[in-house]
Amino acid sequence: MPPQENRNTILPDHNHDGVDRRGFLKCMAWAGTGALCVLRGGVLKSYALNDISGVRKAAKGDLSFVQISDSHMGFNKAANPDVVATLKIAVDKIQALAVPPEFLLHTGDITHLSKPSEFDTVNQILQSASTKEVFFVPGEHDVLEDNGKQYLELYGKNTKGAGWYSFDKKGVHFIGLVNVMNLKAGGMGSLGTEQLEWLEDDVRHLSKSTPMVLFAHMPLWNIYPEWGWGTEDSAQALSYLKRFGSVTVLNGHIHQTMQKVEGSITFHTATSTAFPQPHPGAAPSPGPMKVPAERLRGLLGMTDVNYVRKHHALALIDSTLE
Amino acid sequence: MKKRNWILCVTTAIVMALPALTPFEKTVAAGPPTVDIKIDNFSFTPPMLTVKAGTKVTWTNGDDIPHNVASEDQSFKSKVLDTDEKFTFTASKPGTYSYFCSIHPKMTGKVVVE
Repeated sequence: MPPQENRNTILPDHNHDGVDRRGFLKCMAWAGTGALCVLRGGVLKSYALNDISGVRKAAKGDLSFVQISDSHMGFNKAANPDVVATLKIAVDKIQALAVPPEFLLHTGDITHLSKPSEFDTVNQILQSASTKEVFFVPGEHDVLEDNGKQYLELYGKNTKGAGWYSFDKKGVHFIGLVNVMNLKAGGMGSLGTEQLEWLEDDVRHLSKSTPMVLFAHMPLWNIYPEWGWGTEDSAQALSYLKRFGSVTVLNGHIHQTMQKVEGSITFHTATSTAFPQPHPGAAPSPGPMKVPAERLRGLLGMTDVNYVRKHHALALIDSTLE
Repeated sequence: MKKRNWILCVTTAIVMALPALTPFEKTVAAGPPTVDIKIDNFSFTPPMLTVKAGTKVTWTNGDDIPHNVASEDQSFKSKVLDTDEKFTFTASKPGTYSYFCSIHPKMTGKVVVE
């Protein structure tokens, strides 16, 4: 049953031909308040979180997973002196979901300073969730000092290169990419030739009707190059995915929700469970944003993703920790 | 005049001998020249600096986010600097050192050693 449309609904396309080829930023208005986005054949419809009851029901499908990001374990500055507490709240929210997620995705910056104790703490908190399977990709804070050696020891099983891999869940093909290694002066995130070649090969034999989910820490679209919020060679990576009918790209790094649709590709960034960062260009730097304590939990959160096989659709629901 | 020269001579001798004296008096001694570069708001200030060979250049991270300092030619690289941590590089060899934060590569700077 399709969700009931109402005044809170943003429809990117009123001709019902399902296409807005130029690409657009529609969901930005919801940043910080949470949004539900339903993707149908590459077209996004978004709904304010205050009216998702009907949509939740419609989105209840074959596959459900939750994306969390940027837990920055070890961070203890004014923007959030207790990142343990906020990660625990995220886990509580996951436990309370009407549709239990099949697995969790953590899109990097698990830790703040790559300390073994920080990785330990996150793993312990996540183990308290009833969902035991967790997939990771590293953020730049997870590969400090040792070029990612420790990260690979902890999470690198069954991965290639610096930790990239793919897997299939109920007909959906997931690809975890690493774009935080070997960064060049003046540049942004980087995938590198070896990983790009692997990606091209990984998707070569898949049917174009296979729903694809790509996830990486830094955005795979250029959100704000002035702050390094993008990936140098992401266009090359996405060119291998153009023939697929439904591609969803999930990132973290910028500690706020943002979405864009370009053809059949929907881009989505998740909030942090640790601290918010300013909107692009809204502050002198992308450093942690200090907000009054009572506002903090409203700016932290996670993303619940549901794939409805019958409708060939992915629904993304951002929720805050409030 | 003669007396003045004698005083100058004695003073110089004392100053030169100071480093060998007790730690209490050591603070008076002049070491090699030093300069400071601040890391604030994801940028290096000043972004470009010209120093004499032998100068000690010290970076201090004032951000709530860790940064590092890495020269592009790999002649120096700091460990990760958390808030208020410092890194010092003695610029002994003349040349131009372009450096960046390898965690946030948009952050770049330059030290020219004469």
